[in-house]
Amino acid sequence: MALTDQEVALIARLARLHLTPDQLDQAQTDLNKILSVIEALQSVDTTGIEPLAHPLAAVSDVHLRLRDDVVTEITSTERRAALMANAPGAANGLFLVPKVIE
Amino acid sequence: MSNALLHYPNITALSQALASRKLSATEIAQDCLDQIKQQASLNAFVHVDADLTLAQAREADATLAAGRGNILTGLPIAHKDLFVTKGWRTTAASNMLRNYTSPFDATVVHQLLEAGCVSLGKLNCDEFAMGSGNKHSAFGPTHNPWDRSAVPGGSSGASAAAVAAKLVIAATGTDTGGSVRQPAALCGVSGIKPTYGAVSRYGMIAYGSSLDQAGPLANSALDLVDMLDVMSGFDQKDATSAEHCKGLPNAQGRIRAEFDSAAADFNGNPAQPLKGLRIGVPKEFFGEGLSTDVAQAVEAALVQFQKLGAQRVDISLPRTQLSIPAYYVIAPAEASSNLSRYDGVRYGHRSESYTDLADMTGRSRAEGFGPEVQRRILIGTYVLSHGYYDAYYLQAQRLRRMIADDFQAAFTQHCDVIMGPVTPTVAQPIQQDQNDPTADWLADIYTLGLNLAGLPGMSIPCGFGTGVSGKPLPIGLQIIGNYFDEGRLLAVAQQYQQVTDWHQRVAGQA
Repeated sequence: MALTDQEVALIARLARLHLTPDQLDQAQTDLNKILSVIEALQSVDTTGIEPLAHPLAAVSDVHLRLRDDVVTEITSTERRAALMANAPGAANGLFLVPKVIE
Repeated sequence: MSNALLHYPNITALSQALASRKLSATEIAQDCLDQIKQQASLNAFVHVDADLTLAQAREADATLAAGRGNILTGLPIAHKDLFVTKGWRTTAASNMLRNYTSPFDATVVHQLLEAGCVSLGKLNCDEFAMGSGNKHSAFGPTHNPWDRSAVPGGSSGASAAAVAAKLVIAATGTDTGGSVRQPAALCGVSGIKPTYGAVSRYGMIAYGSSLDQAGPLANSALDLVDMLDVMSGFDQKDATSAEHCKGLPNAQGRIRAEFDSAAADFNGNPAQPLKGLRIGVPKEFFGEGLSTDVAQAVEAALVQFQKLGAQRVDISLPRTQLSIPAYYVIAPAEASSNLSRYDGVRYGHRSESYTDLADMTGRSRAEGFGPEVQRRILIGTYVLSHGYYDAYYLQAQRLRRMIADDFQAAFTQHCDVIMGPVTPTVAQPIQQDQNDPTADWLADIYTLGLNLAGLPGMSIPCGFGTGVSGKPLPIGLQIIGNYFDEGRLLAVAQQYQQVTDWHQRVAGQA
C-alpha cells in the first residue's frame, strides 16, 4: 500500500511542516520506502498480546508518578525574563505571535 | 605538558595524579582545551567556552586543596549536546536550537558537576539523536579518530570520538536504539546504556521517551563504574525514573556496591573467575549481514570468556529481525509527539517570513529541522494518525512486548548475560549513498531489541577489522544483562579487560 501525494500532503499538514512541492515529492518517495520496511509488522500474529508502552511494565507494575500540585518554581520577574530569553518574539512578559483574530 | 590523557589513560590514574597534586585540574583542563583545538578537524565539539571550563577547573582545584575531593573531582569530561546546560549553548545539533541557551542544567549534568567533573563543552551528535553515523548534524559530521574518512557511529558519535581521541577522559551519551553502544564499538571505547529508569531523563532533549536512556562512554568498564554510579539515581523530576532497582533504592552507590560485590565473587576464584556464569549467545546475532572480521573478533572474545570459566549457551531471540520495524514505528511516533513543542513561539527557530500563525509554525519547523528529523516526524505522524494507529503503533507495541518476553525467557531459562556483536561491520565511510532513508537501519539490528525491552547493555572493544579505506577499525562486543544488572555487567566486562588490552589501544598508535 503506497501513500498518494494527497496523503503525504495531509501528513505534512498534520505534522506542521510547510514543505515545497519538491520536498513533498521527496517525502512521498522516502515515506513509501520506509513503509515497505515497517510493513513487516503486519506479518506477526499478535492476537491476545497487550501493547507494551513502558518497557518495565513487561516485568513489574508501573505507574506514572504525579507530583504534588504545588508551586515548585521561584516566581519573580527576573526568573520570568530568564525563562523567556530564548523567545523569538516577546514583550511585557508575553510571547508574541502573528495576529490570530482580525 | 602535552596530552595528559595519554600519560594518565584512565580515571584511576588521572584521579591519583590529581589527589597527589602532581597535576592540577586547571592544568588538565587547559591541556584538553589545547587538544580540542589541535584536533578541531574531528569536529567533535559544537561549543567550547574556555572561561566556563577553567572556572569549573579552579573550583575543582579548591575542592581538592581542601581535601574534599572524590574520584571524579577535576576530571575532564564533556556532554553530548542533547543534555541541556546552563552557560554552554544547547542545540541538539539542530538549526532549530542553534542559539538556544538553557535556563537550567539536566540532572545528569548537575550530578557530574556536583561530583567535581570539569566540563570541556558540548559534543556533536546526530540531530535530536536521530541517526547512527553522526552524519545528520547541522554542524557537519564528526570523524572517526581511527580513520578520518569513516563515521564515528551515532548518535553519540562525538562522545565516542572525543574519548577515543583523548580529548576528554569520559563523556555522556544517550541511547534510544543503540546510540551509546554503537559509537563506542566503532571508536574502540567502552560504553553502557543502563536499564530504563536508572538514570534521569530530566533535561535530556526528548526523542523517543519510552526508549531514551543516558549512559557514559569511557576507556574501560572500571571507568564506566565511576561515571554511571554518579549519573544514576531516582529523580522526582522524571516521571519514569525508577525509585527502586531490584528492591534497593535507586541512588548513588548502588552500581558501585553491586560491581564491588560481583568483582569480589569473581576474584575469589583467580583461576576461573567467571565459573558458573552462563553466557547466552543468540543465533540470530550471527546470521546474514555479519561481516567476517566482526564475527571472528566476537568469537575470539567468547573463547576468552570461556577461558575465564564462563559457560557458553546457545539461545534464540526469534524476533530480532522484527525489532527493526517495531523500533522504526515506536521511536518516530514518540518523536513526532515530542518534537511538536518546537513551534517557533517560546524558543527555537522562527522563520523570517510568514502570513499567519499556522504558516509561521509550518515554515519555522520546515526550516529548522533537518531532513532525517523531518522524515521521522512525518512517519511518526502517519503511524499515529486516525485509521493507522492500531495497525502500526499498537501492533508495534504488541511486538515490543513479545520481544521483551523473548529476553525474559532467555534470562529465566538459559543464561545470566547475553553476548554478541554490536554492529554487523566496522565503521563505514562518511560519504555514502543517502538515497535510501532506510539504508542504515539494518545495521541497528543487534542494538534495538534491548531498548524496546528497557534492558541494560554495554559495548567493550574486542578487536579490529579493516575499513573500506584499508585502515584498522575497532570492533565492539555487546554484553546485555537483565533489568538493573548494570553493576554485574560491568564486573563481567572488567574481568575480560583484565586479561585483554583492546581497550588500551590508542587511535593513531594501534
